[in-house]
Amino acid sequence: MRVYYYTRDGVVMAVDNVDLSMKQGETIGLVGESGSGKSTLGQAILRLVPPPGRIIGGKIIFDGLNLMKLSEEEMRRIRGKRISMVFQDPMTSLNPLMRIGDHIVETIMAHDNLTRKEAEEKAMKILEQVGIRSERFMDYPHQFSGGMRQRVGIALALALNPDLVIADEPTSSLDVIVQFQILDLMKKLKDLYGMGMILITHDISIVPGIADKVALMYAGQLVEFADVKSFFNEPLHPYGKALLESIPNIQYSDQKLKYIPGNPPDLINPPKGCRFSPRCPYATERCREEEPPTIMVGRRRLVKCFQY
Amino acid sequence: MANLTAPRMITSMLGKISPRRGAEGLFVTIGLAIILTFIFMAILAPILAPYDPNETRVGGLYESPNPKFPMGTDRLGRDILSRIIWGSRTVLIVTFLSMVLSSACGVILGLISGYVGGKFDTILSLFMDSLYAFPGLILAIALAVMLGQGIIPVTVSLTVVYVPIYFRMIRGEVLSIKESLFVEAAKAIGAKGKTLIFKYIFPNVIPSIPIVLSLNAADAVLTLAALSFLGLGLPAHIPDWGFDLRMGYGALTAKIWWPGTFPGLMIVLLTLGFSLFGEGLAEILNPKLSRR
Amino acid sequence: MPLLKVIDLKKYFPVQQSFLERLLSRKLDYVKAVDGISFEAEKGEVFSIAGESGCGKTTTGRLIVRLIDPTEGKIFFNGADITCLSGEELRKLRKRMQIIFQNPYASLNPRMKIGENVGHPLEIHGIAYGREKEKLVMEMLEKVGLQPASKFYNAYPHELSGGQRQRVAVARAMILKPDFIVADEPISMIDVSLRARILELMIQLKEELNLTYLFITHDLAVAKYISDKIAIMYLGKIVEMGEKEVIFSDPKHPYTNALLSAVPVPDPNVKRKRVMLKGEVPSPINPPTGCRFHTRCPLATDICRREEPKLVEIDDNHFVACHMIK
Repeated sequence: MRVYYYTRDGVVMAVDNVDLSMKQGETIGLVGESGSGKSTLGQAILRLVPPPGRIIGGKIIFDGLNLMKLSEEEMRRIRGKRISMVFQDPMTSLNPLMRIGDHIVETIMAHDNLTRKEAEEKAMKILEQVGIRSERFMDYPHQFSGGMRQRVGIALALALNPDLVIADEPTSSLDVIVQFQILDLMKKLKDLYGMGMILITHDISIVPGIADKVALMYAGQLVEFADVKSFFNEPLHPYGKALLESIPNIQYSDQKLKYIPGNPPDLINPPKGCRFSPRCPYATERCREEEPPTIMVGRRRLVKCFQY
Repeated sequence: MANLTAPRMITSMLGKISPRRGAEGLFVTIGLAIILTFIFMAILAPILAPYDPNETRVGGLYESPNPKFPMGTDRLGRDILSRIIWGSRTVLIVTFLSMVLSSACGVILGLISGYVGGKFDTILSLFMDSLYAFPGLILAIALAVMLGQGIIPVTVSLTVVYVPIYFRMIRGEVLSIKESLFVEAAKAIGAKGKTLIFKYIFPNVIPSIPIVLSLNAADAVLTLAALSFLGLGLPAHIPDWGFDLRMGYGALTAKIWWPGTFPGLMIVLLTLGFSLFGEGLAEILNPKLSRR
Repeated sequence: MPLLKVIDLKKYFPVQQSFLERLLSRKLDYVKAVDGISFEAEKGEVFSIAGESGCGKTTTGRLIVRLIDPTEGKIFFNGADITCLSGEELRKLRKRMQIIFQNPYASLNPRMKIGENVGHPLEIHGIAYGREKEKLVMEMLEKVGLQPASKFYNAYPHELSGGQRQRVAVARAMILKPDFIVADEPISMIDVSLRARILELMIQLKEELNLTYLFITHDLAVAKYISDKIAIMYLGKIVEMGEKEVIFSDPKHPYTNALLSAVPVPDPNVKRKRVMLKGEVPSPINPPTGCRFHTRCPLATDICRREEPKLVEIDDNHFVACHMIK
């Protein structure tokens, strides 16, 4: 998968040669800093990269279907119905003049062949599942708090019982306690509906609580892909290692943080060779010259580094 | 800004024709070229103009364009080309003077009003808004009638028309910048009011001035022409496109097109030059606005 | 004598009303952003205020550096009452008390070079001009790790990354060699990989310049890492306060408990007992009567609804405001 942004300053290689696969019902935590391309990758799966971004190449195989080859109309039927999205601020995706319940009813009726009555019943049920009482069905989005809005966002994403939900920083604008509530809710609903999920986040701390796998991105590339346990026990890529050592952990009492020197690279002119090499403590001459291949370590673990 | 709709329409139409990317650079270049040509013409008027613009009967009456009089002669037998060249001087002097005066007044008042706030701001804003609510041309006509003919009265009435535009823009910017974090940070390091205005607020409003300046200039050219067209602008001995347009207009019915067309063309060209320059500048200086 | 002492500090903001609302009711509503908090910070320590958004922690920081005026209460700095300072005296106070803001993208003047941004405090207070100013700024830039300093000196803020800008903000706050710094969420808007660098820098400068920090954060893991003492705020009130070790190992207030257990841990092997609270923080315009936390508290009883609990010292230097904790 490649997505480039054409700006007047040059071509930003937001996502560059990323290969990723997931199984039905699995949850992947897609982690990276701002500008790592994690959100762009999420948008690209739904073919919703905003201009001046363009998908340059690659394939998205979803349930045996190459999404890149579908017509716009076929793609529209996939969006929402089979793959849906949860946004950081659901307020931006809700129509302020439309009642909460109607949002969900409309979504259901746009895809499913149901009468209004049936759709309303279904919407009520979903709202209840996300913890919104039925008397709030007639309220408008602005009457909802941040956490409640995110619950509506989740209800909207689940309305059509999709196979895959892409959640882009769903808890980043929420406080810890509400974040905890929402993550817990998402976990419960995931078990209930059995759908797969891609959780896009910059906060690696929330990943172990909800995901099965971690996909770590740096500067538009996937640098490590592993199951949660093995990644957090022993991250293979130096970036993953450094990242875990740089975040304060409330479990420790005498933690010594190690920081990552330098800055994230400029994606118009990414560094030659491995993109992490200018900041990597283990970097060799080869890392600065050649791009490392993505190597399979163990049975299902990928890492993009010369060390392995 | 209601006053600026005409020039804006022209450029937005052009923007649709030319490709989006890089168009702003082209706008600025073409606009600047036009403006510079006119400035050049105005400065070198005594050398460039083949005849005295006020001398009657240098040729026949209503001579059509010919090698001796490339734009023909008017009803008094004056050379139209010479009148156009001298007229550019008049237009540019009035436009530049009124722009300098109105921007200076508007910017200073807007800065103070926005920063001080309170009653002073309320009263001044109310006054400026009521001036602004008048259609520019009608206000200019009223003032010109009161002040009489001549370069200075016309300049003053144009100045009054454009002060509220600068005032409103600057005041609005000051109000938002005043609340910004870096101004709060400056307070936290102990900066005084004067320092806040001149080092923190003013430099951040400067970028929007040239854009409005240029667009207003385009509008001022039109307003001045309109005043002269109505006979309210300048005395007859000062060559002026608007007045000539009026005179030529009368001859149109007799199928004599040259005395009206050339001054009219000049008005359009100069307006276009200023608007292109202003719009292009806006795109370049405020790329965030246009990228959306 | 504590360096900073705050007694019963309050800040009420009037709620913006429309014209019609003003006609219909005489009563003005207030957002009780900070509603009677008291604490002390000793010289050389890091005192953290932690809580969720809307708890009043940022307002507290702004009140203390006197960017906004308190509705009630007193602030003592180094023994002197600074609550009502104004004009020249307030400007003098700025030399000793500085603030670092959350948003490094908005806190620097975009039209000033980095060197001028950092050096301006020196000029304002008449400490150094021209060459001498430049020398001091260069030293400071080196100290915050912006090297080579001469390159950064002439750059404009938009040419720098968020992490670098925050280092500039740190440099600007430190250049007057203050005693006390309010750091308002200084790392929350910075790229994850650069946060540790800023934290380390702040700790290192604190040692070097013998500073005292009031560190405001929503992230308890960060609070635990950097502080000596912590106060937990909820809806404008301090609910629990004490030494870091005590707060994290033996939290008493049910809100502190819930807050701590909601903090995500980057370790899949840890299985924690987790307390989940229902609902969200109520509006600070009409906060609940009695204990403000009673609407969500698992331990709430009648007295909690009626009476507001006082912040009492239950153990040496450990304060809790809860009827159920004795």
